[in-house]
Amino acid sequence: MAKITYIQHDGTEHVIDVKTGLSVMEGAVKNNIPGIDADCGGACACATCHVYVKDEWLEKTGTRSAMEESMLDFAEGVEANSRLACQIKVTDALEGLVVTMPESQH
Amino acid sequence: MSDVAAHVVIVGAGHAGGTAAAMLRQFGYAGAITLIGDEPIAPYQRPPLSKAWLKGEADADSLALKPIEFYAGANIDFRPNVSATAIDRAAKTVALSDGSSLAYDALILATGARAIALPVEGKDLGGILYLRTAAHAEALKATLGKGRKLAVVGGGYIGLEVAASGRALGAEVVVLEREARLLARVAAEPLSTFFQAYHEKHGVRFELGCSVTGFQGKDGRVTGVTLADGRTIACDAVVVGVGAHPNEELAKAAGLECARGVVVDLDARSVTDPNIFAIGDVAHRPMPVYDRMFRMESVPNALEQARQATCAITGRPRPPGECPWQWSDQYDLKLQIAGYAFDADEILIRGNPQTAKFAIFHLKGDLVQSVEAINAPPEFMMGKTLILSRKPVNKAKLADPSISMKEVAA
Repeated sequence: MAKITYIQHDGTEHVIDVKTGLSVMEGAVKNNIPGIDADCGGACACATCHVYVKDEWLEKTGTRSAMEESMLDFAEGVEANSRLACQIKVTDALEGLVVTMPESQH
Repeated sequence: MSDVAAHVVIVGAGHAGGTAAAMLRQFGYAGAITLIGDEPIAPYQRPPLSKAWLKGEADADSLALKPIEFYAGANIDFRPNVSATAIDRAAKTVALSDGSSLAYDALILATGARAIALPVEGKDLGGILYLRTAAHAEALKATLGKGRKLAVVGGGYIGLEVAASGRALGAEVVVLEREARLLARVAAEPLSTFFQAYHEKHGVRFELGCSVTGFQGKDGRVTGVTLADGRTIACDAVVVGVGAHPNEELAKAAGLECARGVVVDLDARSVTDPNIFAIGDVAHRPMPVYDRMFRMESVPNALEQARQATCAITGRPRPPGECPWQWSDQYDLKLQIAGYAFDADEILIRGNPQTAKFAIFHLKGDLVQSVEAINAPPEFMMGKTLILSRKPVNKAKLADPSISMKEVAA
């Protein structure tokens, strides 16, 4: 279990306990948090679960896979700390993780 | 409609219906929501049933769209094991299979589609399976395993995904297809050729241009598939994936205009009754980018229409027009398809199919109508953009993989 803070583009915060083994995307979707669409359900096929990972968490959340890199390259508003939330697996080490969302996923 | 006294009834608790219920709450709708489903479980994702879930890489929890507690917590009255039997449009009520009746202010039909059955001798034998629901997938998973013989009838996406998962589980797989090539109705010829070769490399056998005339069995279980040429293909189980039919009977009986799907407008609203919406596999909807109406069977379509209907119900602006898309995973291949190849007059291949990283562009003049991308996300993502923008492309640049997709589209 890890406590994850999801911050919508308008600043609305949602603090959720997410089960280990789920992805950061699943934590948001299963709790009906707006702003992470995840159209493909985690298949890394759509780039609609784009989030920004707070800098201090970049190391712990790992690096982008080649497929993820390639999908993100075409998403809107991509920054150095952009990730696809479906590709970040939740572990105990992510307790306290903060992610923010872009203005739009489309 | 934001009145707390309002009642939205959603018939069908699949991907579309479940998403519509959740979106209504996301969009601030404060009235009552009743979600009716004829399956015993809460809304779940169907795509993994032929892929990750079938291979044992995903569990029931991960299939669920939302945890079961979500529905009570969001004040959504989810009712499993119930179906709708009739709509009284004048009274604005819907009758349910448990004998009760619900009054609605808005009714969302999300009844989906059902697998088309093969009407041949022996069709009711045990071990002849379809793949629409979690229960179907459970039955299929129980029959697969090392050395088991699986016959797949229908070389479409469902059939090929099941074939790939079957091979991953060690089953012997033969795919029987009526047409001369795989994916004949839905993909370009080079993609059919590519998939066939890739599956053969992974040990799948194909019988193309063959017609299934019956099933043979012993003690009530299937033991073989009979073909029109007289041959029998021995098997322990059969999966039939030959298409789906929309569950539109409820809407038809209520006098809603249907055309292999409930005919709706850009808000997913029935063209016959403004209080009724139809979303997902059951809807026959306008697709402005192609200036035509059609019915789609895909998760992105289900989500988009859930968004359209719930935006209309909550008074939000209509979502911008989308480029339809879908995906398939087989072995280490990721297929992403953007658009549909309507009116295309040319096929352009970017990249080399031999490397399992390429894209097939369907062009109408110099406009992109559709892209089929294998392990090629840039082609897919930029293809979507080009389809929506209707911006002409330079074909010479598009055909040259050394020129980036960003430059091609610039």
